[in-house]
Amino acid sequence: MPGQMHRHGGGSEMKKVIMGNHALSYGAMLSRSQVIAAYPITPQTQVVELLSEMCASKVLDAKFIKVESEHSAMAACIGASLAGARTFTATSSQGLTLMHELLHWASGGRLPVVMGNINRSMAPGWSIWTDQNDSLSQRDTGWIQFYCASNQEVLDTAIQAFKVSEKIMIPSMVVLDAFTLSHTYEVVDIPDQEEVDKYLPAFKPKIRLTPDEPRAFGGLTSPEHYFELRYKLQKDMEKVPALVEETGKEYEKMFGRALGLVEDYQCGDAELIYVTSGTMGFTARVAVDKLRQEGIQAGNLRVKVFRPFPFEQVREVLKNAKKVAVVDRNISYGHHGIFYQEVKSALYGQDHEPPLFGYITGLGGRDVTPSTFKEIAFHALSKTKPEEEIVWIGVKR
Amino acid sequence: MKLTLPEEELMGSGHLACQGCGATLAMRYALKALGKRTALCIPACCWSVIDGPFPYSALDVPIFHCAFETAASSASGVKAGLEMVGDQETTVVAWAGDGGTFDIGIQALSGAAERNEDILYICYDNEAYMNTGIQRSSATPYGSWTTTTPVKHFKNRPKKDIDAIMAAHRIPYIATASVGYPEDLYKKVKKAKDINGTRFLHIYAPCPTGWKSRPENTVKLSRMVVQNAIFPLYEIENGEKYTLNIKLREKKPVTDYLRLQGRFRHLTEKEIQFIQEEVDKRWERLLKLCEAI
Amino acid sequence: MKKPKECEEEMNKKKEAKKIILRSEKEVPLMPMSLGSMWFNKTGAWRNIRPEIDLQKCIQCGICWKFCPDVSISIENEWPIIDYDYCKGCGICAEECPAKCIAMVEEVK
Repeated sequence: MPGQMHRHGGGSEMKKVIMGNHALSYGAMLSRSQVIAAYPITPQTQVVELLSEMCASKVLDAKFIKVESEHSAMAACIGASLAGARTFTATSSQGLTLMHELLHWASGGRLPVVMGNINRSMAPGWSIWTDQNDSLSQRDTGWIQFYCASNQEVLDTAIQAFKVSEKIMIPSMVVLDAFTLSHTYEVVDIPDQEEVDKYLPAFKPKIRLTPDEPRAFGGLTSPEHYFELRYKLQKDMEKVPALVEETGKEYEKMFGRALGLVEDYQCGDAELIYVTSGTMGFTARVAVDKLRQEGIQAGNLRVKVFRPFPFEQVREVLKNAKKVAVVDRNISYGHHGIFYQEVKSALYGQDHEPPLFGYITGLGGRDVTPSTFKEIAFHALSKTKPEEEIVWIGVKR
Repeated sequence: MKLTLPEEELMGSGHLACQGCGATLAMRYALKALGKRTALCIPACCWSVIDGPFPYSALDVPIFHCAFETAASSASGVKAGLEMVGDQETTVVAWAGDGGTFDIGIQALSGAAERNEDILYICYDNEAYMNTGIQRSSATPYGSWTTTTPVKHFKNRPKKDIDAIMAAHRIPYIATASVGYPEDLYKKVKKAKDINGTRFLHIYAPCPTGWKSRPENTVKLSRMVVQNAIFPLYEIENGEKYTLNIKLREKKPVTDYLRLQGRFRHLTEKEIQFIQEEVDKRWERLLKLCEAI
Repeated sequence: MKKPKECEEEMNKKKEAKKIILRSEKEVPLMPMSLGSMWFNKTGAWRNIRPEIDLQKCIQCGICWKFCPDVSISIENEWPIIDYDYCKGCGICAEECPAKCIAMVEEVK
C-alpha cells in the first residue's frame, strides 16, 4: 500500500512493494533517462516493460527504441549519448555478452551510459537462473560495476550511477541477481522526483555530436595517440572510488540511505570474514548472525563496487583478518573465482596477508543458503591454511 | 558559366581516398544536397579511413565513427538523442559501404527500417570489402574476382537485391543512384532529406583499386552501368510505387562495361552471355514493376 | 559564383592548416575526436601524371569541376583552375572533358 513519509532530507517519499526489476525501472525514470533502447531477455523483461509503460503514459519523457537485438540496443545508447542525451538500457547474460564489443566502445568513447544487468548464467545449456559470470566476464571493458543486494539498493544505486558516470564520463552497470533480486518483492522508498532532480541535475556534456561544432568522433587512431587515450581512461577510473563515496554521502544526506563501496558487517572482531557480493551478501549476514549465536565470531565483507576494485576499502576491512573466505558465484575457467583472484591480488604484499580460502558455489542458480555459509565456515575454521586452490561447495560428486 | 550543382563544398581536399575513388564523389554530391545540419554515422568502411585519422577530419559535418554492424542502430540512437536535446532539424545519415549494409549491417538496417526510424541510410556500393583489401561481399556481382573469390572460384552467386529487401519493409522512400549522374543523385538526396521515416539510397561507386579499372574511367563506368541496365536508376515509394528515372531507348550490351574492369577479365564468352541474360531478365522485371501502379 | 579574391583568401586560410602534434596526455582530448582538418595533407605529392587545361579550347562547361573527387578544381572568374597541391592525377577531368582540352602529362618531380 503506498504511503507518504517525510525523510530528514526534506522531500516526501512513497513506499511501494515492488520487485527488484521495477526498482531499476524507477531508478531510471527518476533519473530522467532520455533515450532507452532495449531488447527483451528473461529475467530482465519487467525492467523495460515498466519503462515502456512509463514512456507511453508520459510519466517519463523519453524515447523508447524497441531495437531488434542487444547489440543494437547498446549501439543506439552510444549514439544517443554521443548526441548529448541521458541513456539507459538493461539486459542479462546472452544479451550482455552480445553487447561485449560495444561495451568497449562506450567506455573508450567516454560515454556515461547506464545499464542494468541481471546476472544470469551463460548458455549452453539454457539457464535463466543466477550466477555472476556474465557481468564479471565484462570486467576488462572499462565499465564501472555496482553489485546490489536489495531492491532499495537497486533504486538508489541506479540514481547514483548516473551521477558518477556523468561526472567522470565512464559508463556504469548496476547488477542484480536473477530472481533472488530481480523478481523478489520488497518494500522500497521511492524518492521524490524534485529531490532526485536536486541530486542529479540535467546531463549537459561540453562535447557532443552536433553540427554547431562539427567533429569526427572515434576515427582511426595510430600508436602515436591510442596509448594516451587509454591512460586517461584508467586515470579517471582511479578517481571513481572517491567519487562513489562522495556521491554516496550526498545521497545519504538527502535521502537517509548510505551508498558506498563495501559493507562491513561485524568484521571487526571476526575470526572468519566472508567476502561476498550480490544477494549472497545478505544471506551471509544471516549466517553470520546464526554463527555468532553458536559462539563463532564470523563477519561479512560485501563488495558493492567491483570495478574499479576498491583496494583501499577491502584492505582496510581485512587488515587484521584472521581468516578470509571469499565466496564466488562465478569462475574464471583455468584460474579461480574472480572475487577470490581480485581479493588475493589486493592483499599481496600488504603488511598482513591472512589465510585466504576460495569457495565456488551457486553456479547456474544452485541455491545459496545460510547452510552453505555454515559449511564454508566449518571448512575454513578446520584448517590453518588452504590446502587446495578451489573449494567447491554444493557440487554433486 | 552555369554549374549544375551548388558550388559550396562540405568536403575538403587532403583526404586519403585512392585516385579516382567513386565513394568520394558520392560523398561530395550527397553533402551538397544535405547541407551543414547533418550528422553522419560511418561504420567501418573506406570512409572510416578516407576522412582522415585522429585528430583530423576532412568533412565540415559531425561524424560518429561507429562499429561495423551498427550504422543503422547508431543512427537511430543519434536521432533519438538529438531530438531529446532539442535538435529536431539535423538530418541523421547512416553512411555505409556495401559490406556494412548488405552483410554485417543488415540486421540493424532491417530493424531500423521496420521501426521506420527517421534516418537517411545511404549505402555507397563498391561491390566488395574494399577497405580490408578487396574481399567479396554479397554485393559483389556474379563473375567478379576478389581476393576471396579468386579466378578459379569467382563469385558465382548473384548480387543481393538490397533494394527489393528494403522495399519489403514498406519504408517511405528508396532510390538507386550513380556518381555518373550527379544531378540525379543530388535531387534524390534532397528529396529524401525532406521525407520523414526511413529513407534508403543505394549509390553505385566504382573502386579502381578493387575493380582493377583505370582511375580515369570511374565516371564513365558509372554511366555505362546505368546505360546497360546492370544498375538502373529508379525510385520506390512506400515499397510499392516504382518510378524509372533514366529510361533506356536502347540497352547497351554488358561486354564493353565488363572489359574495362580487370576483375572480369577471366570471364568466358559463355559466362558473359549468362550475365547478359540475367541483366535482361531483371530489366524486364523492373519495367513491369514500374508499369504496375 | 564567388569572387576570385574571396576564393583565394578562403583557400589560403584552409591551406594554413598544420599537422597537429600532441606532446602529452594533457593535450589529448578525453575521447578520440577531430581537432583540425585534412588540408595540411598535400596529396599533390601522390601524382605521377598531372592534368593541364588548355584554356583556349575550354568551353567553360564546369564538368571538370563537377567530377573531381579531390575538390582540386575550382572556378575562378568563370574558368577552371587546378590546385596542384591536392590534385592526385586520377585523370577523370581529362577523360570527361567534352572539349578534350585537358591533357595528362608526366609529372616533373
